[in-house]
Amino acid sequence: MTAAPAAPVMTRAERRLRTRQRILGVVYLLLAVGMVLAFGVSVGGDASSSFGLTAPTAPIALPNLVVPSATTAYLLAAVVAFAGAVQLTRGFGTRWAVVLGLVAFAFVFAFLTWVAAGQSMNLTGLLETTVQRSVPIAFGALSGVLCERAGVVNIAIEGMLLSGAFVSAVVASAFDNPWLGMLAAILVGGLLAALLAVLAIRYRVDQIIAGFFINILVAGLTAFLSVRLLQPYQNELNTPERLGPIAIPFLSDIPVLGPVLFRHNIFVYLLFGLIIVIHLGLFYTRWGLRVRAVGEHPKAADTVGVNVYWVRYSNVIMGGMVAGLGGAFFTIGSTGGFEREMTAGRGYIGLAAMIFGGWNPIGGFLAALVFGFADAIQSRLSILSIAIPSEFLLMVPYVVTIIVVAGLVGRARAPAADGKPYVKE
Amino acid sequence: MADESRHQELETTEAPASAEPAASPPVPEAAEASGNRVLSALRGILLPALALLAAFAVGAIIIIVTDFDLLGQWGSDPIGAIGASWSSVMRTYGALLRGSIGDPGALFSALFSADWEALRRAFGPLSETIVSATPLILTGLSVALAFRVGLFNIGAEGQLYLGSLFAVIAGFTFVGMPWFIHLPIAVAAGFLGGAVWGFIPGLLKARTGAHEVIVTIMLNFVSYNLINWALKTEFVQREGRPDPISKIVEPSAVIPPLIDGLRAHWGIVIALLAAVGVWWLLFRSTKGFEFRAVGFNPRAARYAGMSISWATVLSMVTAGGLAGLAGAAVILGGSGTLSPGFSPGYGFDGIVVALVGATRPLGVVAAAFLFGALRAGATPMQAATGTPIDIVVVIQALVIMFIAAPALVRAIFRIRAERRMGSEVFAKGWGS
Repeated sequence: MTAAPAAPVMTRAERRLRTRQRILGVVYLLLAVGMVLAFGVSVGGDASSSFGLTAPTAPIALPNLVVPSATTAYLLAAVVAFAGAVQLTRGFGTRWAVVLGLVAFAFVFAFLTWVAAGQSMNLTGLLETTVQRSVPIAFGALSGVLCERAGVVNIAIEGMLLSGAFVSAVVASAFDNPWLGMLAAILVGGLLAALLAVLAIRYRVDQIIAGFFINILVAGLTAFLSVRLLQPYQNELNTPERLGPIAIPFLSDIPVLGPVLFRHNIFVYLLFGLIIVIHLGLFYTRWGLRVRAVGEHPKAADTVGVNVYWVRYSNVIMGGMVAGLGGAFFTIGSTGGFEREMTAGRGYIGLAAMIFGGWNPIGGFLAALVFGFADAIQSRLSILSIAIPSEFLLMVPYVVTIIVVAGLVGRARAPAADGKPYVKE
Repeated sequence: MADESRHQELETTEAPASAEPAASPPVPEAAEASGNRVLSALRGILLPALALLAAFAVGAIIIIVTDFDLLGQWGSDPIGAIGASWSSVMRTYGALLRGSIGDPGALFSALFSADWEALRRAFGPLSETIVSATPLILTGLSVALAFRVGLFNIGAEGQLYLGSLFAVIAGFTFVGMPWFIHLPIAVAAGFLGGAVWGFIPGLLKARTGAHEVIVTIMLNFVSYNLINWALKTEFVQREGRPDPISKIVEPSAVIPPLIDGLRAHWGIVIALLAAVGVWWLLFRSTKGFEFRAVGFNPRAARYAGMSISWATVLSMVTAGGLAGLAGAAVILGGSGTLSPGFSPGYGFDGIVVALVGATRPLGVVAAAFLFGALRAGATPMQAATGTPIDIVVVIQALVIMFIAAPALVRAIFRIRAERRMGSEVFAKGWGS
């Protein structure tokens, strides 16, 4: 036989990876060009952008960060172009994700400089809003982690958030006690989750349909009840007391970090606590090992004596309680009164954050921050006068979600038994 | 779903399930008398009917317990409260029925009076039902088609909006065309708009594995904002109007009414033709066989040489187009102008319609008329009894639950399980 000695043949997967790398490189280069044109050329040569780092009342004041607008944009574009060139020719190997993060950061910062060109923008305030906007998303992601690690897909997070928002507003107003409202939100979230669990586990209804059912049930019920109860009894039932911010002594005085992290209401601190507890619980305790076993391979878990159904029921219900608590943030933790469909897809974005965060509580929180940032930019920009229609700004969180899900889901790995009902033999 | 024929057609491609006891030898269909087919058809209707009954019953409970006056009465006068609750529910559902079908007495007397005006008024509610059923058939088909390929299209609402935008633009841009050219162009534009909005999740799913549920929901939100923006651009916004509303389509792009004076329009015929088309596509064409094979068992379909990616993209494009047609039908057959929030959730109702119709075109048409009646009756019901429209959404949600959990309905009504209980699962996690 005269077959030539096989040159190192790339497998199909490797070729695909290579193509993806190249595409990414081209995208970076295009991005760099876009940055030069949009953020560099369009502003005057001597304009500068000023970022406020501290509030005027802060005990330790930092000077404003002032950078020349156009030059910064060119510099950042050069960084992105360099990354693109390397990505295109050599590739970054396993460090591609870090580079992607850097490029995203460079782009966002260039964008902010462009926005702030000739005016001043409060960076600390932006980050503070980011944390606030990411709270319900992070609660949703946490709820999703609890459910999906046990193998139950929960797209009902949206409905649970909405129900938590509604019930906490009503209960807090009726009893003049926001804490009771919070408790009621946790309960109703757990109740809906129990319904989801019964449908998904006992009746083996397709989990996405079951979750969707809960979402439209809650959307319908809360809309029905707001017309029927909240409109005639607005003062009695929809004017809850809000839970105000609690500044943590000393920590809240740190410049930048203090207001961003330590000057929020109880929801944020509860969130931080829950993230840590659930993370430790999932990855460092016997309970967590069991939960993950049920989510990955229920049959094996069953064989060694783990009660698969019990684990699934309890986790889904816990997840529902977390989501209910997150829902309460919308009303008693933020705006006060309930409005119909006020969650506006945050539950679904929470799901995306969970995927982005690799089914991991801390990862989910960090991902939620990304979405929260997109949301915060959107709300900040509508105050500043720039030439982007507000509708496009409102799209930002949703578009970011699509990009993230499309860009990362192929690489993230869900629990193996996610969404599959388990039948005990 | 007890879709015997589908099971049989695809039996060969189905990977042998693990030692399940389901393998009781399939009863030769042909040997059984045709009377049996009627029976099985009845059975197919029985579960949805019972699901509907249960949903209305729960809806009645909700109506009663959210009425504060009634609740007070329960404490003082329980017997009277039962009567009052009953009459309250009957009033509500009665108004719903009158708003969707009409007053039977008025219908009869109008039929015999041969008075044109009386006839028109008597048939008004039925006409409204047809008006609502038209988009529901199309969105229901959209969701059903995607279901068959194993995809959950929650994005019909956004696709509908995009379709309506494209249709309205085509409707007012071309001037001076005869209707038999202009109208098809406008309708096709609606299809195109929806198809574009269906193409995105289809492509992303096929190329990157992004779950269509998240992508389509996000696209819904994007589409609302897109419409709001478009309606304020100089090109689309009506001259001299400060609010977001589009120009009015040319008369040549208007879908004419079926009967002058009633709102029901020829869009229903488009919808029915689409149902026939989807039936042909799914059950008579090679592509449709591929679609169903991919939905039924993607691994086996790939092994048989079918392209899952291609089926995913193509089915989502078609599904989006169907939802876009719904938007075109609503706009071109109705007001002739686009404003934000014109759809009361036709896209989401389409999911209920598809599930109740067991993802079959004929079932979808029947279910669409049912829920069209519910939608049409809701507004007069709110006007007459003060019960908020949203009770319809609650009832629809409950119908989904009871349809999706047939075991639940059987438990409530104590029906024996059918021979073959296919619990179909198409949720395949987020990655695949």
